[in-house]
Formats: sequence, structure tokens, C-alpha cells
Amino acid sequence: MKYVALVYYQESIINAMTEQEWHDLNQECIAGVERLAQQGNFITGQPLQPVETATTVRVRDDEVLVSDGPFAETKEQLAGFYLLEARDLNEALQLASRIPPARFGSIEVRPARELPPKD
Amino acid sequence: MTTDDQWIEQIYQQHSRRVLATLIRLLGDFTLAEEAMQEAFTSAVRQWRQEGFPDNPSAWLIRAGHRRGIDHIRRSRTAQHYSHLIDQPEETGTSAIGQTFDDDQLRLLFTCCHPALPLDARVALTLREMCGLTTEQVASGLLQKPATLAQRIVRAKRKIRDAGIPYEVPEAKELPERLPGVLRVIYLVFNEGYSRSDGEQIVDVHLSAEAIRLAEALARLLPEGEVLGLLALMLLQNSRRKARQDEEGNLITLEDQDRSLWDQASIDFGFQWLEAALARTPTGLYTLQASIAAVHAEASKANETDWARIVRLYNALYQQQPSPVIALNRAVAIAMRDTPADGLQLLEELMSHKAFAGYHLFHAARADLQRRAGNLEEARQSYERALGLVSQGPERRFLERRLTELEKFS
Repeated sequence: MKYVALVYYQESIINAMTEQEWHDLNQECIAGVERLAQQGNFITGQPLQPVETATTVRVRDDEVLVSDGPFAETKEQLAGFYLLEARDLNEALQLASRIPPARFGSIEVRPARELPPKD
Repeated sequence: MTTDDQWIEQIYQQHSRRVLATLIRLLGDFTLAEEAMQEAFTSAVRQWRQEGFPDNPSAWLIRAGHRRGIDHIRRSRTAQHYSHLIDQPEETGTSAIGQTFDDDQLRLLFTCCHPALPLDARVALTLREMCGLTTEQVASGLLQKPATLAQRIVRAKRKIRDAGIPYEVPEAKELPERLPGVLRVIYLVFNEGYSRSDGEQIVDVHLSAEAIRLAEALARLLPEGEVLGLLALMLLQNSRRKARQDEEGNLITLEDQDRSLWDQASIDFGFQWLEAALARTPTGLYTLQASIAAVHAEASKANETDWARIVRLYNALYQQQPSPVIALNRAVAIAMRDTPADGLQLLEELMSHKAFAGYHLFHAARADLQRRAGNLEEARQSYERALGLVSQGPERRFLERRLTELEKFS
């Protein structure tokens, strides 16, 4: 099954890191992705720029509305995602627990949904 | 009921749980497995009347249910989704079938208690799927509306299917992480039954007895120290069932209970399981709590209680889990070993803890120690504080009674 692991953390924690700590965290994430890829669990994934770079788009009555910032203000911010291939939820949770920001943030694991066949 | 109906009922009682657990594994879907099992029983009734009883009824029912389930899958539009199940060989052999049943029971329990499900759904699912209670019985046992409970069960089953919660016993290395969650559900079921006074329920379901049965089954399948410890704890607590309330449903404290009402058979079983639990290291939280219950069970009078030993056990408990509730119980045990003033001093230190401000048992324990120390006015204030926090029920009546007694003296 395909699962998405959404990585959330308080950006303030990252901002307070030394340059060395930030470097080490990134290297750890790179090694983690390599390991996931070798095991055949990694489909794709991407870290994101900080939430202050977010822009939200809505269409109402055919009008495009653009607003500054994320859809919802939350205590922890979305920082990236992984698309994983796992046997079942237990394996997906076990893989997610090894994503480095799990130690200071949260990883939300959701099964992916397939769209129904084209009409 | 005709004898035939009784016969069918008996077969159902005897076989339905293990048949369902195995069918869930084979068919990979709770709802489908339940439907298939019902159909298998229907055809069994017809066929067994004519052709006689098969050698192995469970195996017969599983074969029939498996075939029915696969027919359903073939007919349904989502056949693609289940294709891997259709191709697998039919469950036939009777060799090692006992082992398979046991494994399936464990798988079902770990699935029902999966931490990805909301806690109330875990309790409801376990009672329904593992204990074989009907939705109405579970709802009555948990004092909930059947419709609400049914909805919760449907949602949980949907999550099991859609989120891919596996039907498996965790591997040995994951077991320390997963087992406490299962034990927590079992103990919650026990307490739901134990904390309730008889007569509050409409249907006669004894959740405490169900929890003990579950733990007994688990102790056989997975004899880990804490499983045995939890079983011992529940047996020892349950032994006081008849003594802990008077005829009007008022609570009686351990100190004031008529100890001749304690169920000696339950105590004996509790001791046996506790001994087995203590033989396995490390000693966990349930085993320590069972050890404390055992010290009480050994005292034939309240004033013969070995409080020094209880304090030592609470120290060990607090070391493993430094929670406010354990700190509170430890302070009370120290008061009983030494003097009420010693206990009160410890409670004063705990006062600053924000968990205690709204916790009625903290104020009730403080009131009790103040009463014992002869500070009646302070005791009255603490009882009132506790009363302000407790909801209706036996605990509230108990506190009111204590307050009235106090006012008679002052």
C-alpha cells in the first residue's frame, strides 16, 4: 500500500539550531532517504521551504482568490512529505518513526487513495 | 426454546469466536468474515441435522465460511481488490489447527487493540469481536447508546481496512511496545465493569468477568510477565467484589470491608498467577500493583496489613512510573505505616501539582488523613472540596456520608 508521511514541526525549533545542528539533521535525512530507497520503500518526497513562503489559492464564483500564508495557522508547521510503499500500517509507522524530525515534531501517516477508473 | 435451538445456540457459543478470528485472517475483512460466518452457521444447521455432526465442527465451519466469503468476493465489483485472497489455497488440513486458532485469536486481539484506533473503539471492538458480545450488550455494558456504539464500530472497521491495519501478532521486537496497549484495553474493560454498581445496567453483562476471561486466554497464548501480573491483579481486586458495596450500593472502604465476604477462590487463583508473574523479570507495573493487592488479601484484619511492605512496593512502582496518582497512593501508605501527619506532609508537597487541583480522590485522601489526625475542621473543608469535584454515584454518596459523620463529632 501507498502511504503519505507528512512531517510537521515547530519552525522555531529549527530556527534555534546552530548551523552545525542544521547541517547534521539534513545529512541524517539524506541518509534516511537512501536507506528507504534501497529497501524499496521510497517513492518520492520533498522537504518544503518555511511556512512564511506559503500562498493559498481558492476559486469562488469563478474568481481566483490568492491569500498570503498557509491554509490554517497551526502549532506545528508542515515541513515536508514522503510517499512511501509499505506492506501495511505497521510497516508504514515503523518507517515514519525513523524520519529524523519525528524526534521533535510529528509525522502524520495517511494511506493514499486511488482515484476511481476514468469514465 | 426447543432442544434444537439450544443445540444450535451451544454450537454457536462454542465455535463462533475462533471461526470468526480465522475467517477474518482468510478473508481480510471484518464485515465480510461476519457475514460469511453467519451463512456458514445457517448451512451447518441444515446439513448437520441431516448428516450428523462432523468430527471437527470448527474446521467445517471455517471451510464453509471461507467458501461463502470467496463467493461474495467473486460476485462483488471490488473483486480486483481481493484477487490475492481468491487464489490462495482453501483451509483444509486439521493438522496444527489448534495452533492456527490460537494465532488467529492473538491476531484479532492485537488488531482490535491497535493504537491507531481511538481508545473507546478499541474497547468496543475487543468486547464485540473477542468476547463475542452483541452490539447491544457492549452498549449496555459501557452505558452508551447502541446506535452510537454501532457507528463507532463501523468507523473502526473502516479504518482497519482503509488504513491497512494488519491482522498480525507483532514481531518479538515490537512486542514490548504493543503489549502494554493490549493490557490497557483489557484493564479498562475490567474497570468499566468493576467501578459500576450492580443495577445500573439493563442487560446482565459482567465486563469484569469478560476482562478476566480475556486475560486468561492471553496468559495461555502469550505468557509474558505483565500478562500474568494483570490477570493476578484483576483476580485479587475482583475477589472483593461482594464486600465493597452495601445493599444500597454504598461504597465500603478496604478498611471497613467484611473480609469474610472476600472470594477465597479468586484470591487463590490471584496468588498463583502472581507467583508465575514474579518468576519473570523485569517486574512490571501490573505485577507490582498485584503484589500490593496481595498484601491486602493476606491480612485477615485491616489492622494486620503490612504497610511497610506496601510502601516498599509503591516506591518501586513510583520509580517505574512517577505519576501523581502513584505519589498520592504512596503518601497514603506512608501515613498508614507511620502517622497521618507524615502522609499529610507529603500531600502538602504534592498540592502544587496541577493534576491534583481538580482530582477529587486527592482531596478525599487529604480529608481522610486530616480526620485521622483529628483536624476535623480541615477535614470538613477537604471533603467539601472533593464533593465539589465528584459526579453523582457511589463515590459521591460515600463522601457525603463521611462529611455527615464528621459533623456529628464536631
